[in-house]
Amino acid sequence: MTEVLRVHEPGLFTTIQDTGRPHAIASGVPPGGAMDRFAHSAANLIVGNDRSAATLECTLTGPGLLIEAPCLVAVTGADFDLRVNGAPAPAWIAISLRAGDELAFAGRRSGARAYLAVAGGVLGDRWLGSMSTNVMAARGGMHGRPLATGDVIAAGQSAMAAVTGRGLARQLRPRYGEHTLHLVAGPHISRLGADARAALFSSAFVVSPDSNRMGYRLEGPGLETSGEELLSFGLVAGALQLPSSGQPILLMADHQTAGGYPVVATVVSASMAVAAQLAPGDEVRFAETSIETALQMRAVQREALESLTS
Amino acid sequence: MPPQRSTVKVRIHPLGDTALLAELGTRLDTAVNTRSIALASALKKRRDVRQAVAGAASVTVQFDPDQVTHVALAAAIRRLASKRPPMEEPGRLHRIPVVYDGPDLQAVASALGLSQQKVVEIHSRPIYRAFLIGFVPGWAYLGPLPDELVLPRRPDPRRQVPAGSVAIAGHQTGIYPLTSPGGWHLIGRTSVRLFLPDSDPPSLFRAGDRVKFFPIAE
Repeated sequence: MTEVLRVHEPGLFTTIQDTGRPHAIASGVPPGGAMDRFAHSAANLIVGNDRSAATLECTLTGPGLLIEAPCLVAVTGADFDLRVNGAPAPAWIAISLRAGDELAFAGRRSGARAYLAVAGGVLGDRWLGSMSTNVMAARGGMHGRPLATGDVIAAGQSAMAAVTGRGLARQLRPRYGEHTLHLVAGPHISRLGADARAALFSSAFVVSPDSNRMGYRLEGPGLETSGEELLSFGLVAGALQLPSSGQPILLMADHQTAGGYPVVATVVSASMAVAAQLAPGDEVRFAETSIETALQMRAVQREALESLTS
Repeated sequence: MPPQRSTVKVRIHPLGDTALLAELGTRLDTAVNTRSIALASALKKRRDVRQAVAGAASVTVQFDPDQVTHVALAAAIRRLASKRPPMEEPGRLHRIPVVYDGPDLQAVASALGLSQQKVVEIHSRPIYRAFLIGFVPGWAYLGPLPDELVLPRRPDPRRQVPAGSVAIAGHQTGIYPLTSPGGWHLIGRTSVRLFLPDSDPPSLFRAGDRVKFFPIAE
């Protein structure tokens, strides 16, 4: 364990995240973990980590970090204009830093969440099998809270010799700028009338300011559902819930584990990276797709990540 | 004698490309919930299943699409659901002390045409079942609530319900583990902690457990 980073500017909401604690769902605890698993995995693989190692998830504005010990890092996901010692630095590629260097972000250009991986993996408190930060329970990561000025972040022992320059080419990254999410019709799609169903797949929705790691409230045409109250059932990230207000909620990594609102559709796994990069105010559209197509999209992402380990 | 097979109609729906929802029923029913919990634990043993969680009358299954197709998994779920569930061991019994002085107790009593004393008596009489753990950490949907106490949810949910509040809505009752928004009728409070963040599992109640409330003065 080496202390590698000192926080001198925490950013809006920077948390330690890994791949979450899915088994805790049975106790009502959200699964958590990195919102954009593709970017999280890519950052880890670029610096030679296992893809389940913890990274820093930086939301909307990035942190300012002072490098305390030589380390290899990679930044992926949203483009917040990465700087090293004030000069523009490349993302999606391994960069070698020395003690005394400064890593910062000049401002958001696109996307909502950037991921910073450090060779050896970021270390944090482990809670229920995961270092992911759960703010509600105040557990995991940096003592269950976002980073604050003065925090010191440690990294584990890197299993590999540092290789500067490994990266993921642009054409292998998700198309974050295309704000169309692919959906598979859900268990309660028949509760939507023909007009509402057409509106779901033809309208633009806007991500409301009242959106966070639990879920996104989407503003758009009211989608009325019919039918009697449902018994509560287990939920998954990507589920598009439709409360009686008619404004859909897209469930994200820290979602409620169970609920009784109709789930009219589910965002496919390959589209969740794009969903994670939506910011409040962004417009989003939905396209209905088949499970077969969804699995092909998934395979494309898997191959892109596998190219980093070969 | 041939093995006994019951006819359980299971409706299976995709939840995207990596999860399925298997619905075993549409009513709050102990037998259906027992089957749901048994099906979830049978599914959890499969290598291609990442997570299986029982709902009140359903199972939500997350699977690895590199190991199994949703069609093959759906067939396996139907096969497992048609088996007679193993004899259920009675869930652990929790006795929960309640001070029945909730802010809605009087309104509940008058809406039901009962005395407050009678509401307390009816609420603390049954042994409830924890049908499902979820919503927020440590929350359990307990039921069924006796018909005499059935009321729809409050039309205006509270922004903040204090942790430990004992509440009713529809055919269910529950205890708020954390201070959170809520639309149920608050009839009492307990000092028992339901969310135990430093234990694993971190929930006092587990699906299938039994819960008995008893009134205390303070």
